Amino acid sequence: MINSSGGLIPGRSRLWIAVFAAIILLGLILTVKRYMAGLGSVTALNDYQPWGLWIGFDVLCGVALAAGAFVLTGIVYLLNFERYKSVIRPTVLTAFLGYILVCVGLLYDLGKPWNIWHPMIMWNPRSVMFEVAWCVMLYSAVLALEFSPVVLEKLGSQKMLRLMRSITIPLVIAGILLSTLHQSSLGSLFVIVPDKLHPLWYTSLLPLHFFLSAVSVGFAMVILESCLSSRLFNRSLETHIIADLGQFMAVALMLTLIVRIQDLSFKVGLANIFDGSIESWAFLIETACFIIPLVLVFLYRKRMKKSVIVISSAFTMFAVVINRLNVSIIGLARQGGFSYFPTWEEFAITIYLVATGFLVFILCVRYLPIFPESEESEKCPGGTFLK
Amino acid sequence: MEPLGMLIDFTECIGCGECVKACQKQNDLPGEYLETDLSFRNYTVVLEKEGIYYRKLCMHCLDPVCVSVCPVGAFTKTEKGPVLYDPDKCMGCRYCMIACPFGVPRYQWDRAVPVIAKCTFCSERVAAGGETACSWVCPMGATRMGERRHLLEIAHARIRRHPERYVNHVYGEYDAGGTSVLMLSSVPFEKLGFPTYLGNEPLPNLTWSVLSKIPNIILTGGILLGGLSWIINRRIQLEKGTLDQEGNRQEPKTGGGDD
Repeated sequence: MINSSGGLIPGRSRLWIAVFAAIILLGLILTVKRYMAGLGSVTALNDYQPWGLWIGFDVLCGVALAAGAFVLTGIVYLLNFERYKSVIRPTVLTAFLGYILVCVGLLYDLGKPWNIWHPMIMWNPRSVMFEVAWCVMLYSAVLALEFSPVVLEKLGSQKMLRLMRSITIPLVIAGILLSTLHQSSLGSLFVIVPDKLHPLWYTSLLPLHFFLSAVSVGFAMVILESCLSSRLFNRSLETHIIADLGQFMAVALMLTLIVRIQDLSFKVGLANIFDGSIESWAFLIETACFIIPLVLVFLYRKRMKKSVIVISSAFTMFAVVINRLNVSIIGLARQGGFSYFPTWEEFAITIYLVATGFLVFILCVRYLPIFPESEESEKCPGGTFLK
Repeated sequence: MEPLGMLIDFTECIGCGECVKACQKQNDLPGEYLETDLSFRNYTVVLEKEGIYYRKLCMHCLDPVCVSVCPVGAFTKTEKGPVLYDPDKCMGCRYCMIACPFGVPRYQWDRAVPVIAKCTFCSERVAAGGETACSWVCPMGATRMGERRHLLEIAHARIRRHPERYVNHVYGEYDAGGTSVLMLSSVPFEKLGFPTYLGNEPLPNLTWSVLSKIPNIILTGGILLGGLSWIINRRIQLEKGTLDQEGNRQEPKTGGGDD
């Protein structure tokens, strides 16, 4: 494990391995418990709050935080901003792992996970969930194909690589369309509950809001991943790249906020903002997290600092995470009398899934050509992604 | 076959709970659980509030939300009226529980192989020409089963005859696009916890207005994105000089191979 090229600090690595091992061991034990004794044995879910942390965080946030790939591939391959090519591979890998984690998370949350394939043959086109199921399936396949050149490069299969390169553009377009559809349809899921979802969040524009906030957090995630990997793997990071991405993020955030505030001001919902209820606090915290990064980016627009961009991105990430939890849990909690709070087991399994994804990411970086090896390969045209 | 329905007149209910017991017997549910709300052991409950007794059960909507939201089509609305659930199709996503405006579907949280639980409108009895267990057993006739159209006439006649006794609202006639189960009450329905702001449009229309746009998004989005990339790439190639003046692709730095 003590390996200078790997980049993990040797002294700390043993501690980290112990932590990961403990998380995974606990996760495995709880997995057995969940499948033997049912959802009630490990979760606080009940008839009034049938969706909890696993849907709110693992699925809704998982999908949103994986939005970096469709945003970045669109910019690089359709709009031809070539200078971001160096971050394409880690971003596509993160999204791919993210989607796998979403699917695994679903296997925990579904009451009968062995029926997860049913939407393939039992169709109900009127169901938003049916659309989500198909989009997640298809987009996971697209991400696998988008990532495949990395594996093919390692295997040295030139013929397949050429084939993959020839379908790059259609693949990227398919990825953007599928992402647009199901990022938004995760919001559409809640369009059917006008009476149940708190007026601060319910709007028929939920799909638009989910899409715009996913684009914002897509940029934020690319920035955060680049910074994190540059620290973990001792790679240099060009500040101008993340500064540009920060600008993109600010524009997306502005759109998100404008749509949100304009929509809210048309409704009675505005009156609820300061009424001191749990919902109003949740809404204020969420909105603050959306506004802070915007203000930061604008204050520092003349002299973009790395730290400012990273903090802005972190706030954008918090904002979207809080928003998804608000829509799927807090906004719906009234009828159950706020009876749901996740158990430690729900947190433990969520942490276990995220930790496993993190480990797989590290392994991929170590054994696959995710990051350009040196400055030369970075300058070589098409030196990343679909080489 | 005229669609069936149930009419439940809360003013006639004496809270004896015979309907609950009959329901449990009919559906092989353990009898000792007389709970305070619907559960997987109670497809119906009799509750007391505002000085009257009232029932809760699946409303068997005319255009049911559960039928529309289920990704695998585990719910079906039958022509006779009952909304039925197929546990073999269900994958346990519980979206029906989130979406149901009446908060009816219940779950078996403590089972390794859980299913959704809700009133079946005694579909087997009804298919055989019989009556629902709860209406059949009710000593007061507070719950009665029949053709929905006929029950509506009865309900309106009762309100006309005793306007002082009823709130002027046949719950389920138009609510959420109409339901097979109809209710009469002396207390406003929202005070009993029934949602009264659902509107008269079937709720599935809300999501359908979003879903029906998908083909357009794919077509226009695909053309826009494809066109955008086509235009931008060609301009970049022009700038790089890899296109000749007629706009044909030039192979840069390659000597031959054409013949």
